[in-house]
Amino acid sequence: MATSTINVSAVTAYEARAAARARRRKVPLGRRLRRHGTGYLFMLGAVICFALFSWYPMIREVIMSFQRTNFAGDTSWVGLQNYRHIFADPGFWAAWRTSGLFTLFALVFGFVVPFLIAVVLNEMRHAKAYFRLLVYIPVMMPTVAAALVWRWFYSADDTGMFNQILTALHLPNVQWLQSSPMLAVLCLVLFSTWINMGGAVLIYLAALQGVPGDLYEAAELDGAGALKRIWHVTVPQVKLILSLMLMLQIISTMQVFLEPYVITRGSNNTISVVYQIYQYAFSFNNYGDASALGIILLLVLMVFSAFYLKLARSVEED
Amino acid sequence: MAAIEATSRTLISRAQLNRPVGRAVYWSTLSVLIVLFALVFLFPLYWMATGGLKSAQEIIQIPPTLFPSHPHPSNYSTAWSEADLGRLLWNTTLYAAGALAFQLVFDVGAAYAFSKLRPAFGNVIMFAMMATMMIPTAVLALPAYLTANNIPFLHWSLLNTPWVIWLPSVASNAFNILLLKRFFDSIPGELLAAASIDGAGPMRALWSVILPMSRPILGVVSIFAVVNVWKDFLWPLLVLTNTSAETVNTGLNQLSVGIPENVLIAALAIACVPTILFFLVFQRNIMSGLTAGSLKG
Repeated sequence: MATSTINVSAVTAYEARAAARARRRKVPLGRRLRRHGTGYLFMLGAVICFALFSWYPMIREVIMSFQRTNFAGDTSWVGLQNYRHIFADPGFWAAWRTSGLFTLFALVFGFVVPFLIAVVLNEMRHAKAYFRLLVYIPVMMPTVAAALVWRWFYSADDTGMFNQILTALHLPNVQWLQSSPMLAVLCLVLFSTWINMGGAVLIYLAALQGVPGDLYEAAELDGAGALKRIWHVTVPQVKLILSLMLMLQIISTMQVFLEPYVITRGSNNTISVVYQIYQYAFSFNNYGDASALGIILLLVLMVFSAFYLKLARSVEED
Repeated sequence: MAAIEATSRTLISRAQLNRPVGRAVYWSTLSVLIVLFALVFLFPLYWMATGGLKSAQEIIQIPPTLFPSHPHPSNYSTAWSEADLGRLLWNTTLYAAGALAFQLVFDVGAAYAFSKLRPAFGNVIMFAMMATMMIPTAVLALPAYLTANNIPFLHWSLLNTPWVIWLPSVASNAFNILLLKRFFDSIPGELLAAASIDGAGPMRALWSVILPMSRPILGVVSIFAVVNVWKDFLWPLLVLTNTSAETVNTGLNQLSVGIPENVLIAALAIACVPTILFFLVFQRNIMSGLTAGSLKG
């Protein structure tokens, strides 16, 4: 009995497959081509844009990193010479140091602060709309306008707001951007955190809404205080979104350009990796070195983006 | 159900909050936060708006004045004409509007093809597009600039034309295609089959069946498209070098050298108005779009 059912179902499956094949064959070639053709037509615009501004430039970047272009625009193959050249450039290590320092400070401020703010805001029963609105306002300002305002805040003389505050408190003025490179980078990170925080806070707030209340209840019954509850309940519950944001942030802060370009103009050792690429390419017209540095940056960030995509996939599966 | 639970119980229990100590802590935290947020996020705006009203002497005066003693509204008109802000704002609006139009048309077309029309090798093309999300934008800046300066085969230069913002904006937002494709995937194929029986071609099916159902996701994509153009700096800095083609960001950066401080600040204040107004109007959509977009990848 059982075997015959299997046989029958196998036969019907075989027949169904054959019928499907026959049906497919019956669709005239012309119509089938037209269906594919319509599909290609709909994606044509996007394909052209990607080909021109993503796929082709990516290939070109790799090729250029092994080439040298002279002033007449002629190119010649130079093998790994560009790479050797930038490794020997002291600016190369200084740029990585700046970008690395920026990323590190941004982890402390730009990553931890928005999460803590979101946790506290999530406890507030009043003025919710007010907090959400205010924290997002800087995100909507034109970035350069905000950066120039902060450059003015950081002014070394008494015109800067921060120094005016210090003066009002009878404290000595600080050379925010001009004294130590470390402090200068920290100032850039503070600005960057201020302007970018809104998005992260709102995303965390949305994630926190999904933490089940009974987990807190249970933890509280077990005698866990508020801080312990944050660490053992909140953090594990939103761990995936936290790690996603972490990866995204590392990827974007490693590409920092606007802050040093507009606020410090690269002075005081604040030239970042992307700033260095920009200088190689557009100040020294050295496309080979610029491309080689770009490829190294790509490889470094590839590790993070691969990890990020893996995380994103597991978030989706949840 | 879960949502009600979640809102009723968070980190601190209601019982604890309603105890006298809990209530005192809650109200003091709340008021501290309200003041702190105003100081951190509103005060810079106030400082900027009033700084733009101060005279050149007053702006460097110690101690600073909280409100300008002799307001100079003329700074704002000087800034408007000197910085040519009208042109900068118009340019940026034009770039953003075009980028929005191109992204809506091309991204919707591609997502529709990937999701419903499914031509041969469609998934390979889709993968090639999604793979570009792994490439940092800064890495592509130089070769994309060289390509825009000399389009292969045609040998046109798109530099200093709106095209140089519009077309690359499609390629740099692969994520939008993914968002749209995922949304289209959730629309049942039976609806399209029914439309096709009624004699609707693929274009008609897209226009009358898919798009009316996709309003929320189209809103999200539109906001990303506009905000990205408005915030971008490195790319316009490279490709829009003519003063007449500059965006708000590159124009202000250009302006920031050799202009009196108070006039510059007035210019910055004006430049902030349109986007903040835009945000206040579309607040709800932007915030819900943001959380939808947070699961990038």
